[in-house]
Amino acid sequence: MIELTFIEHSGAEHTVSADAGTNVMQAAIDNGVPGIDADCGGACACGTCHVMVSTEWLDKVGSASDIEITMLEMTPEKNERSRLACQISLSPELSGLVVNLPEFQM
Amino acid sequence: MTNNTAVKIDALPDPYSVPLDQINLSDPRLYAENQWGAYFRRVRDEDPVHYLKDSPFGPFWSITRFEDIVAVDTNHEVFSSEPFIMIGEPDDSLPVSNFISMDPPKHDEQRAAVQPVVAPKNLAQMEGLIRERISEILDSLPIGEEIEWVSSVSKELTSQMLATIFDFPYEDRHKLIYWSDVATGAPELSGGTVDHDERITALFDMVNTFGALWQQKAQFRAAGNAPGFDLISLMEANENTRDMIHRTEEFMGNLGLLIVGGNDTTRNSISGSVLAMNQFPDEFAKLKANPELIPNMVSEIIRWQTPLAHMRRIATRDYELGGKLIKKGDKVVMWYVSGNRDERMIENPDRVIVDRARARQHLSFGLGIHRCMGNRLGEMQLRITWEEILKRFDDIRVVGEPVRVHSNFVNGYESMKVVLTPKAK
Repeated sequence: MIELTFIEHSGAEHTVSADAGTNVMQAAIDNGVPGIDADCGGACACGTCHVMVSTEWLDKVGSASDIEITMLEMTPEKNERSRLACQISLSPELSGLVVNLPEFQM
Repeated sequence: MTNNTAVKIDALPDPYSVPLDQINLSDPRLYAENQWGAYFRRVRDEDPVHYLKDSPFGPFWSITRFEDIVAVDTNHEVFSSEPFIMIGEPDDSLPVSNFISMDPPKHDEQRAAVQPVVAPKNLAQMEGLIRERISEILDSLPIGEEIEWVSSVSKELTSQMLATIFDFPYEDRHKLIYWSDVATGAPELSGGTVDHDERITALFDMVNTFGALWQQKAQFRAAGNAPGFDLISLMEANENTRDMIHRTEEFMGNLGLLIVGGNDTTRNSISGSVLAMNQFPDEFAKLKANPELIPNMVSEIIRWQTPLAHMRRIATRDYELGGKLIKKGDKVVMWYVSGNRDERMIENPDRVIVDRARARQHLSFGLGIHRCMGNRLGEMQLRITWEEILKRFDDIRVVGEPVRVHSNFVNGYESMKVVLTPKAK
């Protein structure tokens, strides 16, 4: 199991466990973490699972694909740490991952 | 020929009696007569990527299953939104151009200019105003007598919202409804019934009216005033759109887009939600017993209604989908109205289930880079409307059969008579 922590815009933290091979969006949905809408179910096509990866994890998480960047462009709260959670696969080396949630999904 | 025969010729046939390769999903009568369900069910089952070689809108492919629509909608390189996103071709005498009908990078620039007005943070600040206006409308409705829901609530509410986000003269807000109906109602675009000359006159009136509003706001700003946070002021402030007033095609196109986008969609979802609560009384009871289900119900209604039935693309190269070869240059129509009823993806898709799991996973907003920009505004309007309805009314009973729009694009209602029962004190 991989442990990861979501920090809501309000500061509330949710630490959850997920299986390797799943993704960060699915981990949030399966564990009832609020603040992730996932309207497209993980197709990198709606932009509503926006998260901001904590700085120390950026290297391990890797960078967004072109289409993911395009979807993120439409999100008002994006920054240089923004990713779509459905596009981050959970591998064992991501155990301990911390991501921040935006105030709103759009 | 007797009148009887003529009626038979005009009536819509049973979808299973038509040769499969002749099924025409663009026939506006399917929507006006609410007969589209069975037609699409057959095509989803027997020929989900469906080619029709001859129609009033030319030859076109129909994409009818949920998964195939996702594949097309998310592949904007192969499936271009240019030159236009409705099944028909715009009239040459009225050139329009707007960002929903553009590919990157121009699409991205123009969309980015207007998107802030409907960003959730801004909407949160508008919530109080929206609630106030919805409350006023609902409080003004007569109780216990037949009223026209579409004009007195659905249209009134959406026109007030549009006037607000455009900072458009409030007393003229009905014009926004009229221009929206006229913009999409051309026979050559959607099988609508709007007269050609009337349409041209109306759309030029729209451009002139907004042109004057644009100038007025520009002068207001030039006089040293802080610009407002409305769509026009945002367009004037953005380097990619500040010259749009000089590009009539884009000016007309983007205004039309924003007006239609904020109009038919919300309006017909509001009307549809009332109809749904009549068709599924157990679900209405569930909602009344637990108003916390309203946000989920709103998503479910937007799926079930699918207020815009389709979006079209043009293939930029040969592409195989569902075992069929779509050729470069072919017209490809994604029928959201069908994908949202795809049994492969959604259990009991014809039913409205207010507490349905994963109700947000529907196609009505589209997917990919052209995904609806105002989705959060639309959801919010519907949510507040139902929060305020449940505070006031025990029942909104639909009387008779609603009159539906004669269009293969706008899936909605011209008229719906209802009788209100107040909530017991």
